[in-house]
Amino acid sequence: MSIWKYANPVLFMKTSGGILRVLVPVTAVLMVTGLMWGFFFTPPEMKQGSTVKIIFLHVPTAMLGINAWLMMLVASLIWLIRRHHVSALAAKAAAPVGATMTLAALITGAIWGEPMWGTWWAWDPRLTSFLILFLFYLGYMALWEAIDDPDTAADLTSVLCLVGSVFAILSRYAVNFWNQGLHQGPSLTIAQKQHVADAYWYPLMISIGGFLCFFVVMVLLRTRTEIRARRLKALLARERMA
Amino acid sequence: MWADIQLGKYEVTVLSAYAACLVLIAALIVFTLVKGRRVRRELDEVEARQGRNRRET
Repeated sequence: MSIWKYANPVLFMKTSGGILRVLVPVTAVLMVTGLMWGFFFTPPEMKQGSTVKIIFLHVPTAMLGINAWLMMLVASLIWLIRRHHVSALAAKAAAPVGATMTLAALITGAIWGEPMWGTWWAWDPRLTSFLILFLFYLGYMALWEAIDDPDTAADLTSVLCLVGSVFAILSRYAVNFWNQGLHQGPSLTIAQKQHVADAYWYPLMISIGGFLCFFVVMVLLRTRTEIRARRLKALLARERMA
Repeated sequence: MWADIQLGKYEVTVLSAYAACLVLIAALIVFTLVKGRRVRRELDEVEARQGRNRRET
């Protein structure tokens, strides 16, 4: 058994179809449960009041905004090293999902920041690096569309992905590197058990799980579409040459 | 349990955050499905025209 066998588009389509049949309902259950629990059944927090309910959107979307880029980085490296087309298409497929998550995190963060910090936006290290990450997502998607040859596009976008990874990592660790920002330190860390009260912790974990499954579902769906689009393009080119 | 919702003075803040996020997620789902169906339909048409069998499930 080797992971590289999934570089075969036919096998990828077959396997991903089976995964999607299970994962779509699981995603729906987790997201609805996490968000409904968080919105309807959690108490207001002492300092932040009811704005704490935004955590169930803000944290999962921010986590995915960063980790989607890291997934694209891995897929891009696989493309650059092993030239597997499915990995390049998976990176391409993940970009709009990651961009949407990053934008959602920026918007929910701004809405949350206004009553808590007294401003929608500050040139805080984490906020700024997150904005730059979003711009990298836009540039990455634009580069894919700007180049006709898919292999050249995959090469150049992979290099862009390597460069943008700096900001993905910076977005995650900016609060550790610089202390002058408005943004608080990480709420969730592996080292310490939790900074979040149990009343928020459990729905937050379910919500994160739901968003993670949502990301996988979207990437699989979009990768399947990209594989079909690639085949369509090849068949049309053959038709024109005949 | 609906009576347990206590948004207080931050009602607009919380509701607008949820609305914005859900709109973005809904838009992503719609665009993904619409593009997926369009590509699949076009591929089916070309494969039928060229007499090719689908190789995928």
